Amino acid sequence: MLKLSEAAVAQINKICDRYADEPTPLIMILEDIQKEYGYIPLEVQEIVSAKTGISVAEIYGVVTFYSFFSLKPKGKYVIGCCLGTACYVKGAQRVIDKFSELLGIKPGGTTEDGMFTIDALRCIGACSIAPAVTINGKVYPKVDVKDIPGIIAEYRKAGGAE
Amino acid sequence: MLKIRNFEDLAKANAENAAKLTAKYDGTGGKKAIMLCGGTACVASNALGIEKRFKDLIAEKHLEDKVSVNNVGCFGLCSQGPFVKVFPDNTLYRLVKAEDVEEILDKDIVGGQVVERLLYEDPETKQKIRKQEDIGFYKKQRRIALYGAGVIGLENVEEALGMGAFKGLAKALQMERKDVVQEVLDSGLRGRGGAGFPTGRKWMFAMNGDGDKYVVCNGDEGDPGAFMDRSVLEDNPYAVIEGMMIAGYAIGAQNGYFYVRAEYPVAVKRLGIAIKQLEEIGLMGDNILGTGFNFRAHVRLGAGAFVCGEETALLNSIEGKRGMPRPRPPFPAVKGLWGKPTIVNNVETLATVPYILREGAAKFVEYGTERSKGTKVFALGGKVNNVGLVEVPMGTTLRELIYEIGGGIQNGKKFKAIQTGGPSGGCLTEKDLDAEIDFDNLVARGSMMGSGGAIVMDEDNCMVDVAKFYMEFICDESCGKCSPCRIGTKRMLELLTKITDGKATMDDLHELEELSKTIKANSLCALGQTASNPVTSTLTQFRDEYIAHIVDKKCPAKVCKNLMQYSIDSDKCKKCGLCARQCPVGAITGVVGKEPFSIDQSKCIKCGMCMSSCKFKAIEKV
Repeated sequence: MLKLSEAAVAQINKICDRYADEPTPLIMILEDIQKEYGYIPLEVQEIVSAKTGISVAEIYGVVTFYSFFSLKPKGKYVIGCCLGTACYVKGAQRVIDKFSELLGIKPGGTTEDGMFTIDALRCIGACSIAPAVTINGKVYPKVDVKDIPGIIAEYRKAGGAE
Repeated sequence: MLKIRNFEDLAKANAENAAKLTAKYDGTGGKKAIMLCGGTACVASNALGIEKRFKDLIAEKHLEDKVSVNNVGCFGLCSQGPFVKVFPDNTLYRLVKAEDVEEILDKDIVGGQVVERLLYEDPETKQKIRKQEDIGFYKKQRRIALYGAGVIGLENVEEALGMGAFKGLAKALQMERKDVVQEVLDSGLRGRGGAGFPTGRKWMFAMNGDGDKYVVCNGDEGDPGAFMDRSVLEDNPYAVIEGMMIAGYAIGAQNGYFYVRAEYPVAVKRLGIAIKQLEEIGLMGDNILGTGFNFRAHVRLGAGAFVCGEETALLNSIEGKRGMPRPRPPFPAVKGLWGKPTIVNNVETLATVPYILREGAAKFVEYGTERSKGTKVFALGGKVNNVGLVEVPMGTTLRELIYEIGGGIQNGKKFKAIQTGGPSGGCLTEKDLDAEIDFDNLVARGSMMGSGGAIVMDEDNCMVDVAKFYMEFICDESCGKCSPCRIGTKRMLELLTKITDGKATMDDLHELEELSKTIKANSLCALGQTASNPVTSTLTQFRDEYIAHIVDKKCPAKVCKNLMQYSIDSDKCKKCGLCARQCPVGAITGVVGKEPFSIDQSKCIKCGMCMSSCKFKAIEKV
């Protein structure tokens, strides 16, 4: 069982307060929490529920419906492989397969050391540079399977998990 | 600071900024202007590094009086980026690298000569082309929704005003509300999000309702392979906001909501900046232009659910709920956001509205076909030479789109199909190439306009695999509310997987066809009703490919892993052993310099590393 620090509880309450004037603030609150903490575990949902009066069941329903919200923490580096149509017809499946093979995790999974998460993305709108990969927001254009070991090494060198 | 309180202020701001913008592009005072494309593709290809290099070198060489560096929106021809345009000569340099910057400065900016090697080269004639408008890609394009994009500076409200922003709103505010709706009806504008419902008619329904009302802009561009709305929002958000305000005035709404995908952080940021700028100069808020019209725009983010592009699911999402569609009727125009009359319009639709008001419906209908007026923006992608964003008049043929604008198929391969309409659309083939693009024509031919994704496929693409790709997408994104879509798409995916694995029988094919009909007839929302389209369309056009997978156990395009293998031609093999070193599973054996290498098919995982590593093209798919 995860124990939240007092500071974290205070911060989550603060996030809820940001949208006190909104008629239906739930998704906005969850977006901010996801952004700040990287995931939204049940304990956090309970705090949001107590603060907003929205039932935990409803919050859990929303969290699990949208792919941007995560119940589990993600890796330090989130590798988003675009699997939009333009990327797919240009070999994106081979790109994501290679990341999976080299990191030993499936799409959606996180490496044991907490370094990498692989996400399959549904079109980031960078179709002219397909296949595209984003790592923590940085876009890698026209990724070739051959480039992938180098890309991973670059991040491993940059720093370990905290 | 600029304040616009009435029509006179706006007219003055439009005129003054137009003069400034013209002076910048005309090189008044002997100062040249460098325009840098700030689109995603260019930025990913080091456009920022190029900008820094320009700024550093200009400071070093003391050229500040001779040239300015400006960030503008996407030029559209994304596969040739990063771009640098130099005005007043209007020279377009493409595929620019940071190392090229010094030469552009020395030779062009200072020396007045063109750097020939960086000019666009026509793929057929091999001729160098200097000006953008002379390039085949741009010749047939007309910019209405993308008006101002790529010309005005990013996040620059003054330059937007210089291009005539808010003239359309000013005109609308001097008209009766019903006349504004009539103007949009007269323009024949149909929703650019895909369904093509007449925009004016939506507005009329909402105009007739009572009480609080809302305008919602659908920026949840989820169709994979489409990025028109992102570009419009990033490059000229002012046009979309102006369109929303005109809609607000027409139907009697004081609040508008932008619902934008979280995958588009730059678009969200620029939209937010634009709204703030307009509040500061007085074009948004209370008593706009002194007319008593009040309007405020708000931004809401999507959270990664394709179904939220469906208008009722989108409304649920804004209301903080799971993004599941609501049964219609009641339609949103009657009972929408928080139960109030609401119009939901796509980004491109709203971006087109200011033009219609500014220039008049009569001008707009000069473009297009009988039942589809104006222009349409397409994200042309896949296997064409010129990948990018294009806006063409309705009625342009697919052949013009693919060959004249798109510059033909990459690497001289053979055209196979163009997929339009994304997961709800279908494929069009050789026989459809001379069809004119309009809403009804594409539907009649078994596809649809959709939001504007247009993915070109060549002989190397397996159409069964493409159908499976879309089905995986739909299966993943089905919200789960109704069982035909939730369960039906899953069963269809299983059948398609069986086919691509080479384990299917003809009975499976018939079952697939039956399921397609059931899902189409019984799903709740448009996402489900169209979910089987990619399958039915490929089945109609490429039935032989399905049969090849099922009966002959062959994938003609050699894509489906279970139905193809890699093979090394021992005559061509130079015995270098590179493939064996690249193979992740040790399936390749041979002796360096002595014995040709070969692949153990029982170990091979068909990753293709060997084929891409071989320098002698000795490895092929069979």
